[in-house]
Amino acid sequence: MFRGKDLLLQRSHTVHFGALYDGETLLDEVVVTIFRSPHSYTREDVIEISCHGSEYIARLIIQSILKHGVRLAKPGEFTQRAFLNGRFDLTQAEAVADLIASDSDASHRTALNQMRGGFSRQIRALREQLIHFASLIELELDFGEEDVEFADRQDLHNLLLSIRKVVYDLVGSFQAGNAIKNGIPMVIAGKPNAGKSTLLNTLLREEKAIVSEIPGTTRDVIEDELVMEGIRFRLIDTAGLRETTDAIEAIGVARTREKIKIASLVLYLFDASITTPEQLEEELQEIRESGIPYIAVGNKWDLVRDRAGWEMQDHLVFISAAKDWQVDELKTRIVQMVHADQWKKTDTMVTNLRHYQSLRLTHDAITQVMTSLHSGISGDILALDIRTALQHMGEITGEITTDDLLDNIFSKFCIGK
Amino acid sequence: MLPDYDVIVVGAGHAGCEAAAAAANMGSTVLLITMNMQTIAQMSCNPAMGGVAKGQIVREVDALGGLSGIITDKTMIQFRMLNQSKGAAMWSPRAQSDRMKFAEEWRLSLEAIPNVDFWQEMVSGLLVKEGQVAGVRTSMGIEIKAKAVVLTNGTFLNGIIHIGEKNFGGGRTSEKAATGITEQLVELGFESGRMKTGTPPRVDGRSLNYNLMQEQPGDKNPGKFSYTDTQPLTKQRSCYITYTNEEVHEALKTGFEKSPMFTGRIQGLGPRYCPSVEDKINRFADKDRHQIFVEPEGWNTVEIYVNGFSTSLPEDVQYKALKKIPGFETVKMFRPGYAIEYDYFPPTQLHLTLETRLVQNLYFAGQINGTTGYEEAACQGLMAGINAHNKVHKKEPFVLQRSEAYIGVLIDDLINKGTEEPYRMFTSRAEYRILLRQDNADIRLTEKGYRLGLASEDRYRKMIEKKEQTARLINDLKQKKLAPESINHNLVEMDTAPVKEKVSALTLLRRPEITINNLLAIDPELASYLENYREEVRQQAEIAVKYESYIDKEEKTAERMRELENFQISQNFDYDRLVAMSREGRDKLKKIKPATIGQASRISGVSPSDISILMVYLGR
Repeated sequence: MFRGKDLLLQRSHTVHFGALYDGETLLDEVVVTIFRSPHSYTREDVIEISCHGSEYIARLIIQSILKHGVRLAKPGEFTQRAFLNGRFDLTQAEAVADLIASDSDASHRTALNQMRGGFSRQIRALREQLIHFASLIELELDFGEEDVEFADRQDLHNLLLSIRKVVYDLVGSFQAGNAIKNGIPMVIAGKPNAGKSTLLNTLLREEKAIVSEIPGTTRDVIEDELVMEGIRFRLIDTAGLRETTDAIEAIGVARTREKIKIASLVLYLFDASITTPEQLEEELQEIRESGIPYIAVGNKWDLVRDRAGWEMQDHLVFISAAKDWQVDELKTRIVQMVHADQWKKTDTMVTNLRHYQSLRLTHDAITQVMTSLHSGISGDILALDIRTALQHMGEITGEITTDDLLDNIFSKFCIGK
Repeated sequence: MLPDYDVIVVGAGHAGCEAAAAAANMGSTVLLITMNMQTIAQMSCNPAMGGVAKGQIVREVDALGGLSGIITDKTMIQFRMLNQSKGAAMWSPRAQSDRMKFAEEWRLSLEAIPNVDFWQEMVSGLLVKEGQVAGVRTSMGIEIKAKAVVLTNGTFLNGIIHIGEKNFGGGRTSEKAATGITEQLVELGFESGRMKTGTPPRVDGRSLNYNLMQEQPGDKNPGKFSYTDTQPLTKQRSCYITYTNEEVHEALKTGFEKSPMFTGRIQGLGPRYCPSVEDKINRFADKDRHQIFVEPEGWNTVEIYVNGFSTSLPEDVQYKALKKIPGFETVKMFRPGYAIEYDYFPPTQLHLTLETRLVQNLYFAGQINGTTGYEEAACQGLMAGINAHNKVHKKEPFVLQRSEAYIGVLIDDLINKGTEEPYRMFTSRAEYRILLRQDNADIRLTEKGYRLGLASEDRYRKMIEKKEQTARLINDLKQKKLAPESINHNLVEMDTAPVKEKVSALTLLRRPEITINNLLAIDPELASYLENYREEVRQQAEIAVKYESYIDKEEKTAERMRELENFQISQNFDYDRLVAMSREGRDKLKKIKPATIGQASRISGVSPSDISILMVYLGR
């Protein structure tokens, strides 16, 4: 991610100018200082990155570095490493320890303040839900021979979904500032020929995507930007979510699913002239499961003869993209949704990078559990994945021990021969 | 009158027998003292060994060179591998035992060890000199000297048996309680507590109607516990399953006002996971039935153990309620169930070697430490026996890590967390469950047992051979390439996706739906090659391949933890210097005096930030 001289070849105690990139995005111009082992604070190889004086930029850089598999230092870890590598004697260590203790006390207070905004309540509730789920799996493993009732897989699945949704929102709240600056990723999804490209074009009022009458023509994910009421959106048109045998189109569908995952908002477009409310419910299933906010958009409303049966709902809008009818209404809904989402998020804003990191890992772990659940993997591995998620939660709320699981099991289930 | 011994073991249950056998097999002279030589290795509760997590422990005891596995194999009447659908890490062997044969086999095995002497009497006290145990005193006043003593008193210390409103002193049905030891230990400064456990009635199998129950036969291809060449069963006895119902519950409720549990006569805390039947219907009132396992007590006896019906209600209420169970309409009872209260010593008073902190060379194992279960007792006995021998012979202490064995998890939990209720092992207590499997206990532990002088050279060689063969098999599976045209029709037949180009057998084995024995049907050449390997080796290879990434993940976590485990803390460390630490953390650390940072991190009440502060202070 560093563009400049090859740092590996540079000597200790030298300073180098260069640019930091996240992929192709320039993050900042920086100065890198190299300290080679053992001539550093910790006696290990160390580099220091000096960036421009903005907390935002520093956070961007840290986030970007974290993506490359780096982790944050634990409280006092640099000093700890310095000790472990024999840099300090005990007298010095005691002096530093006092410093660190006072520091962690202060950060403890800060963390508490942060959590008062509902974050702590939410995490605690989340942890309880997760423990409940973990208990069910552990129960199956440890008491499988006995006559105990296990929750059915669908309930477990729904529980995971709701947990993931909350974690997702919390992760999102951390990224909110970032999103407002870089644009809110919004995916337009829907069956082939529902009119996605037409809608995109209407929104943008320019011909960006290929529009045709043949289903499945839009094969690439097209990105464009749109500013509505001062909020920047990154519009992502997609190939249809249709089961397909065409190889190229299949790639498009897979990418669509990927894109939905990263979206903050999904517009699900359907052809109202050929879709029943029941069909729509079914089609929305996958998006609901992703836990991402969505608006269902019934296109071609002008062609609909039988309008009975459609109930008006918050997340349902009818338009005609080709005739530019009710498209402004759609825009208003989108903006309302984003505002609602942001306000909700500021209530439970995650500001601590460490919490953010744990939440992201929790999200990944929960996704892994869901994948495992679907593939029918054996319970021992499923439990391992859940424990990983619990462990990451524990990094935020404090220790999790197996006792929690057992207590939960014993209080809720009748077991034992 | 009697000679001096290296080690005296008090009590001859599962813990005492393993302790005596281990110390003697390692070379100590051992005296095993029991109140009744006719009841050595009695299965006081259910006639079964193993089960989920417990089966793994029995295999670990066996891998180290203990006897429980071999004796179970020789005396079992049914074998089942539990949890087969839950993944290899959860497979748990369980055997129904012939109660009488099990006890006999243990006694004969002990008699066959030249270094084991026996003495039948109650021990009433310890000889303690300058903070070190020097032997025991018996009820007749005999003093027997020993360099180390292992106490495995089970439920006998001030045991009180409750049936309805009746209660009387006793260590087990029709056996006297043991007195004197608790009082002396408390005087020496030990903290003691009371625990409670219970057992169901035994009934006459001839009086049951099995047609109304569901048969639960043993496995078609039964396995076994020991890694030695004991033989698997060729014929087995079945168990049966039936259920309680509302009528049974109503009948039981008529005895509630006389229940020692509900009237508060029993003070000790019982295990939540092994509740009495009255506890079940009281706490889980919404359940209209509970499962009952009807388990035969042996090959030839008609005695039946009514698993799931543990109770201390009045005997007439028990009888009345039993008769309402489907299949039990004409039941004849041999003896009623009962509850028993007994003394234990909170195990936080022990070192990880099971030696007491207060009195040197004194070891505790089994229910005296607040555990429950034959398997839990046996493994503690084994560890106490090993450590007593090592201490007497000035050898290094022997401690297993949590990542090495369930035994390590159990002892570490006891010492660092203590226990408020009878402690039973669950797989969920282990953080490295994928590593601690029943199939690899030998690979994990036999070398350690061999180095201790406990596991035989034969065991050691078998383990090495298994390890080498597994490695070779995995390597060969990697080399062996299979062409689409020769295997695709077989793959399709197996309902798994065909391949487009040549793949290694290993790649195919990674598919969840393909087992190593499926490979036999895929390619004839591969089949004839695989048949050169024992089933055990094939299974080992299959698990290694399928679980590779998970095993790696846990090994890495275990490795990180090991760094903390190797981070020693001096026993004299002054925790009061840690002014930055929470008071609770400091107090707990002062009490437990953990040997390592790893151990410190598991003490309840010590927070992660306490540990960071400790580490900063300690440096290295």
